[in-house]
Amino acid sequence: MIATPAAEFSTDKGATRPVLMDLKNITLRFGGVVAIKDISFDIREGEIRAIIGPNGAGKSSMLNVISGFYVPQQGEIWFEGQKRPPMKPYQVARLGLARTFQNIALFDGMSVLDNIMTGRLNKMKSSLFSQALWWGPAEREEVENRAQVEKIIDFLEIQNIRKTPVGRLPYGLKKRVELARALAAEPRILLLDEPMAGMNVEEKEDMCRFILDVNDEFGTTIVLIEHDMGVVMDLSDRVVVMDYGRKIGDGTPDEVRANPEVISAYLGVAHE
Amino acid sequence: MSNMQSAEAGLRSIPALLARNAAQFGNRAAYREKEFGIWQSWTWAETSRQIRDIALGFLVLGLKPGEHVAIIGRNRPMHYWSMVAAQMCGAVPVPLYQDAVADEMAYVLGNCGARFVVCGDQEQVDKVLEVGDRAPAVQHLIYTDRRGMRKYDHSRMNALADIQTEGRAAEQRLGAELDARIAGLGYDDTCVMLYTSGTTGKPKGVVLSNRNIIETSKNSAGFDRLTEAEEVLAYLPMAWVGDFIFSVGQAYSAGFTVNCPEGAQTMMTDLREIGPSYFFAPPRVFEGQLTSVMIRMEDAGRIKRGLFRHFMDLARRVGPSILEGRSVGPLDRLRYGLGNLLIYGPLKNTLGYSRIRVGYTAGEAIGPEIFSFYRSLGINLKQLYGQTEASVFITQQPDGAVRPDTVGVPSPGVELKIAESGEVFYRGPGTFVEYFGNPDSTASTKDPEGWVATGDAGFFEEQTGQLRIIDRAKDVGKMADGRMFAPKYVENKLKFYPNILEAVVFGAGREFCTAFINIDLTAVGNWAERNNIAYASYQELAGHPQVYAMIRDHVSQVNASVAEDPMLSGCQISRFLVLHKELDPDDGEMTRTRKVRRGVIADKYADLIAALYDGSQNVFTETEVTYEDGRKGRIKATLRIEDAQVAPPALHVKPRGIAA
Repeated sequence: MIATPAAEFSTDKGATRPVLMDLKNITLRFGGVVAIKDISFDIREGEIRAIIGPNGAGKSSMLNVISGFYVPQQGEIWFEGQKRPPMKPYQVARLGLARTFQNIALFDGMSVLDNIMTGRLNKMKSSLFSQALWWGPAEREEVENRAQVEKIIDFLEIQNIRKTPVGRLPYGLKKRVELARALAAEPRILLLDEPMAGMNVEEKEDMCRFILDVNDEFGTTIVLIEHDMGVVMDLSDRVVVMDYGRKIGDGTPDEVRANPEVISAYLGVAHE
Repeated sequence: MSNMQSAEAGLRSIPALLARNAAQFGNRAAYREKEFGIWQSWTWAETSRQIRDIALGFLVLGLKPGEHVAIIGRNRPMHYWSMVAAQMCGAVPVPLYQDAVADEMAYVLGNCGARFVVCGDQEQVDKVLEVGDRAPAVQHLIYTDRRGMRKYDHSRMNALADIQTEGRAAEQRLGAELDARIAGLGYDDTCVMLYTSGTTGKPKGVVLSNRNIIETSKNSAGFDRLTEAEEVLAYLPMAWVGDFIFSVGQAYSAGFTVNCPEGAQTMMTDLREIGPSYFFAPPRVFEGQLTSVMIRMEDAGRIKRGLFRHFMDLARRVGPSILEGRSVGPLDRLRYGLGNLLIYGPLKNTLGYSRIRVGYTAGEAIGPEIFSFYRSLGINLKQLYGQTEASVFITQQPDGAVRPDTVGVPSPGVELKIAESGEVFYRGPGTFVEYFGNPDSTASTKDPEGWVATGDAGFFEEQTGQLRIIDRAKDVGKMADGRMFAPKYVENKLKFYPNILEAVVFGAGREFCTAFINIDLTAVGNWAERNNIAYASYQELAGHPQVYAMIRDHVSQVNASVAEDPMLSGCQISRFLVLHKELDPDDGEMTRTRKVRRGVIADKYADLIAALYDGSQNVFTETEVTYEDGRKGRIKATLRIEDAQVAPPALHVKPRGIAA
């Protein structure tokens, strides 16, 4: 008889891979409010890195720092061994970062296909003029990009809604389309802001499978914020725990689960 | 020409037909599959090469003649090719239902003892791995879709494409061996083994020979004059005999094109894009399409709605006659032509039926309105009656003699007889060889002369000579006065009303017939909303006097239509009640495929049945229900029993026995 599948998703992935992004002593303030206080952690090539914490802990702010939307007052971001100067989000996107949003940010009136095509924007080089005329290189370029988008559509199993306007889709599918658009940019790092929020169990299971498959198949590094602890502990290689803008834990899911500070802050105080 | 005829005689296996097609229709499309949003296609010549490479790959892995090769996956060219490749090696393909859970799969895999299993994707692989020791023979797992498969232990696992590449490389080494095996395929060797779903007991492996499949395919293709130009859409489960006949048997025999949809959910879009010329669908597909058309028409503007209504009335009046080539007045013909331009043509195009030449439906009764809707549009929809054990075809309707309530004349080469009990028996070229490893079942189903019991009761209609199926033979009984009792016949008529979800008719050994009715919550709920009828629960809605009045109306209409049939006029429903809960598989009242379990219902609701016959007006009952999570509860209700109008039996036809 055939042996059972080989080792489950290995947990030592984070420790052995090279560092892709290193965040050093990040501090972010909005006026008098300190959203992020002196946080350092790294993201390794090909891992799934989760950021968790109670509401208002600064998780989304952290993601926005990574994506370049917020510029921290203090601290440094190192990407592939080089210090990243303050950048606009579109410049960061060109470095190979893509993200999804907590509140879906798609173009409702456009079809699923067109929405995903917008994710290819950074891959298109021909001018607006030649694209409008659908001439020569522009045509070839669109065909190439469309082929790439079709692969993603196939990957995320959304063939049946290819031509459907996004506004008509249920929530769970919109989330999947958003993931598709992020993937269309062929990112090195994929930032997911609460990818499972508001989903039912079945949709969550699907989404988990897609995240694991993206990580496995394309080798994409994934940083995700998520509230569902079961999902986080199952998916992630390493977890950063935040509370009131501070980092209170960092490690594998098992380490984090055993960390007393994390237990008291996030899961409630443990009683003797 | 004489050359070709002598060649015909040598076509005694699917691989032989493949070789003929590659030579004769080399540049015609054999398969198409939509992938990455584009229809990819393979000609017969390319297909032949692909299949040969897979077969060589199987030889590399050591596939032996006579072995079973299990195939689990959706309709994809690669899966059809694997079946034919297995046949080339002298092995027997065994397609399995891809939605079966691991436990069901364990039985079938264990029973057929397959060493090779071809899986469509990771999901199927996981199920086969879960089966584990319950199918100890499984040695090689082969998968089509590589996705998610990288981390599995590959010591006994391969991607089908890799096997194909290895096979291509082994042409020099193993080509002669493969040719010898193909040449050795005999007409009475097994072509395919298909498991029947088995409403009672374990599934049985039906062994069908090359003779069964090829003769049946040739006969039935001749019956409908199918040519190499047909287009079919392969979307029904590969494990079902119909798909094997349509997408393999007839496709290879006639040489036509098999189109595989992108996925199960894109089926309707793909249907429209392909526009098949030969199409099969169970009644629920046609029902679903009609419902969606009607709902969209309700939302359309006034002019469109008016046009639609006007031309559909015309189509209903003259459409079937035009389709069957009967005489129709020139004015009506002109108006129908206009309708075709404005309504029928665009509608057929939307449904994907623009090019349809032959369409079949079977499996269960189709509502007469639904049936005539499609026929009036000029779609040649017909009915057939078949079984796995018959390689599908027992009877089918010839062009020009199509009726909604019959299933046609015996298929070419098939003989029929009807036993004293009313049960239909058949014998023909497609009659199965045996149940695999089950001589007892084989003997009890097929007698030494080759007659097979269908388990269905029916009779031949005198005026048309077509077979009409009444019910399952074991359900057909006699009433107290000896009149025939066929519950499903009446239940089907009731269920054609959208408001009625289920019906259970009683009457065996009784003076008159009675019925339980289940309302359809969606339809009746909708109706209640439109008519401002307030209700708080299913139970309250089911017991509402206006609902009762509506159901009584339906029952009376059914009675009138049952009365038209002198043989079955005794089955009219005298008294009925509307059940306070939906019949549910969780409570054991139905099977998972939603077939009523009469025995369970008769036991559980004995008090209600007694009340139907003792003349009481109300009955109090308490019923146990099982919730989805397995908890149990009880519901109490007082149900009203009403009398329905019973029509006098039609007298103009003299009663006759059921034996033909």
